[in-house]
Amino acid sequence: MLDLAMNAPEPRRIAGATGDWEIVIGLEVHAQIATQAKLFSGSSTRFGAEPNANVSYGDAAMPGTLPVLNRGCIAQAVRTGLGLKSRINLTSSFDRKHYFYPDLPSGFQLTQLFQPLVSGGEVLVEMGPGLVRRVRLDRIHVEQDAGKLVHDMDPAMSFVDVNRGGMPLMEIVSRPDIRSPEEAAAYLGKLRLIMRYLGTCDGNMQEGSIRADVNVSVCRPGQYEKWLEDGDFSHLGTRTEIKNVNSLRFVQQAAEYEARRQIAVIEDGGTLIQETRLYDPDRGETRSMRSKETAEDYRYFPDPDLLPLVIEQAWVDGLGAGLAELPDARKARYIADFGLSDYDASVLTAERENGEYFEAVAQGRDGKQAANWVLNELFGRMKRDEGVDITNCPVSPAQLGGIIDLIGAGTISGKIAKDLFEIVYTEGGDPARIVEERGMKQVTDTGAIEAAVDAVIAANPAQVDKAKQNPKLAGWFVGQVMKATGGKASPAAVNEIVAAKLGL
Amino acid sequence: MTKLNTLTIAAARDGLRKRDFTAAELAEACLGAMDEARALNAFALETGDEARRQAAAADTRLGAGAAPDLCGIPLGIKDNLLTRGTPTQAGSRILEGFVPPFEGAATTRLWQDGAVMLGKLNLDELAMGVSTATSVHGPALNPWRADGGAKLSPGDGATAAVAARIVPGAIGSDTGGSLRQPASWAGVVGMKPTWGRVGRSGLVAVASSLDQIGPVARDVRDAAILLGAIAGRDAGDSTSSDREVPDFEAALSGDIRGRVVGIPRQYRDAPMDDAVAALWERGIGMLRDAGAEVRDIVLPNFAHGPAVFATIMPAEASSNLARLDGVRFGYRAKLGPGEGISEMYDRTRAEGLSHEVQRRLMIGTHMLSSGFYEVYFNHARKVRRLIAQDFETAFESGVELILTPGAPTAAPAADDPALLDAVTMYDAHAFTVGASLAGLPAISVPAGTDAQGLPLGLQLIGRAWDEAGVLNAAFSLERAAGFVASPARWW
Repeated sequence: MLDLAMNAPEPRRIAGATGDWEIVIGLEVHAQIATQAKLFSGSSTRFGAEPNANVSYGDAAMPGTLPVLNRGCIAQAVRTGLGLKSRINLTSSFDRKHYFYPDLPSGFQLTQLFQPLVSGGEVLVEMGPGLVRRVRLDRIHVEQDAGKLVHDMDPAMSFVDVNRGGMPLMEIVSRPDIRSPEEAAAYLGKLRLIMRYLGTCDGNMQEGSIRADVNVSVCRPGQYEKWLEDGDFSHLGTRTEIKNVNSLRFVQQAAEYEARRQIAVIEDGGTLIQETRLYDPDRGETRSMRSKETAEDYRYFPDPDLLPLVIEQAWVDGLGAGLAELPDARKARYIADFGLSDYDASVLTAERENGEYFEAVAQGRDGKQAANWVLNELFGRMKRDEGVDITNCPVSPAQLGGIIDLIGAGTISGKIAKDLFEIVYTEGGDPARIVEERGMKQVTDTGAIEAAVDAVIAANPAQVDKAKQNPKLAGWFVGQVMKATGGKASPAAVNEIVAAKLGL
Repeated sequence: MTKLNTLTIAAARDGLRKRDFTAAELAEACLGAMDEARALNAFALETGDEARRQAAAADTRLGAGAAPDLCGIPLGIKDNLLTRGTPTQAGSRILEGFVPPFEGAATTRLWQDGAVMLGKLNLDELAMGVSTATSVHGPALNPWRADGGAKLSPGDGATAAVAARIVPGAIGSDTGGSLRQPASWAGVVGMKPTWGRVGRSGLVAVASSLDQIGPVARDVRDAAILLGAIAGRDAGDSTSSDREVPDFEAALSGDIRGRVVGIPRQYRDAPMDDAVAALWERGIGMLRDAGAEVRDIVLPNFAHGPAVFATIMPAEASSNLARLDGVRFGYRAKLGPGEGISEMYDRTRAEGLSHEVQRRLMIGTHMLSSGFYEVYFNHARKVRRLIAQDFETAFESGVELILTPGAPTAAPAADDPALLDAVTMYDAHAFTVGASLAGLPAISVPAGTDAQGLPLGLQLIGRAWDEAGVLNAAFSLERAAGFVASPARWW
């Protein structure tokens, strides 16, 4: 189990011309809530629909339409908060954030500025053996996504697709507790994993289900500690915000680039401005979008069409009781209950489905053996095939378990089991039946094995003498017998009979 | 025989049920009156064909027996209420060509009950104003001002149509008094229910925290019938209440013995016509004579109502109306070469909205701007809370109803400079904004006339959700006042 007795990693230091610098990073992560319907309308959230197919009159902000909250989205955000050890606010409210742009039909986005649903919380980010960064959360609020503009369909016109408009998002705001670009990526990865375990966000970054705004600043060593002491953000330097970064790799690259750019500006005698920037992954650089001076005035105010959102503690408790097991707890359980190594347990919990598969295989079987088969045979085999992962792999847990059972029952040898696995992987079918039909059963008939051993001994008198000098050479006879029996002889029986016949 | 268009809703209902006349005949009478009253400009859109279809359907239903109260009753619908398949423009150029593909719970309930829509009623552009001076259709005229063209008074489509006996009733909306104050000027009943009593889906929102849909009628009984038809939980409006809707008409006993009526005495000093002050005094006497206990009360923050209203209303409107941007529906400015989205927004709103609306939207935007939010908007919200608390304090002390004038003056003439003065016009709402800010039910009942013979109304404000009590007290007041005047026909 991860615990805080573990050490925090050293902050990343960058040597500049004028001395060392440290990096300070905070993330605002927009995670799309896993739900069937939008936040304030009954429209579908299905990805990839025809443009404007998932748009109600309300999503299009027709006059006379009003928002009606989808409580399912709130339940998901509460689950997320509970999973991140946050405080759930029984009273929260929605506010309007205004700007004019055609991707926002009503001219305002519903969000929670003044009273968020969730406050506080933390994410523990493993950065190596015994190294854990504890990233505190400021808040999680629920808000609507905007639609998008399509500029490349017509030379003179732009088009609006509001399918994404009104989709429910959780904005998870961290404290500036992240101290290196690697930690930023690992933090986002861990957050994604936790939400996938909870089932509150599908975590599909290609489809934009998770996007991060990365806040970066640089400061001199010692300044961060001053901030921790007095809370004065000026110790941390001028921060810039890199908007809408949509992969772990880009988060890391963008933060790295931005920190170095800031150091260069300062060391060249320039002044940093608080601004919004964009990361260009093709060029590997960040570019200015707009500065704070020209930033829009969003004119937030409480939405008068929605009453304050009041939820019951009993309802929250019910959601908490049904909460899925989280990755850290599952990993600890695998180590404690199945005797797995830290590394194996990490791999098996790195995706929710890995563990689900593993546990289905381990059910009623030896956990370590099940883990070996899943990690070595199954994962090793899947790696050779493009596009195959645990969610679509051709071998079901029942099939893999069947193979392991055949070994346990002595029906097949470990070696034959690997052949059998390949057959099941490529052709499918019931392992026991395949063994039966293709004559793969292990030979345990001692008479037949004795005959085979006798034949090998008779044919190789010189080897027999050597083996009597050096008992380790018995293995050669075992190999010959296995070869002669097509690998089907029980290795245990062969070992025993070879030893006896050679008088070892 | 009485002209059918002059019947009240209750009388028309009873006549239809007895088959004294048909819904078709009633509709024709009203359509005829509408035709003759074009000079009033009360209607933004006439829907005669639809009215005839609905009347025919109502007759079938009436023939089968057991039809709802409103079956076959012709109504006007204020044009800021969406009507499915019928253009809805809310008096603004910016909604030119907008044909709603849906409508809200309130109007849907009317059609389910078999009501007949005669047309869409003229209103101030986007319901902003106290006269219809800003309407894209031109002003509606108050039928009461007959004294020559120059003296005609800008009115309001709903109250004009009811006062002129074109329709027996109408459904409109009230943000700061738009159902009550024009009713006071037109000698009809206008009622704003408790905020949340009638769902707001289908209403072109101005200021969501203030807007309520409500009835305009010739008398209190008709207002009760109309309110009963449109009230109740609206699945499309999260702020609508699921409280049971009482039978408002059945509550009209007229017995108000022992009811405690509060009089905000300090407003006797507020600027108001002498005739209004005198009527208020008479109204107090009528309630006392009917057995009510009349008490002076103090509403210390009531006077701040217009200022608070003038902050919150434009702020919310600036947000609610941001959607009128020319992108998806309504008017869109023609763009020149090289012009883009910014020009489209700027020009669409500059050409699509009148100066009065632009002025309010700019004020509202300013009220919400960074640095001004606390000073204006949030401060106004706090004072609003105090205004509401004043009412609560009065109610907790046992007061059940509050009596005030409906408006500080009678209907002004068209050339009255006050009509052009924004500050004076805010004061026209002085008595009505309080109930709007506090979300309370309030009704304006015609109770007398001034020296010129123009109607004057009294307003009753009640406890939240006690529309039945408000209506019953209004019913008593109406009987005591015996207001029977009707505008002399000049149109």
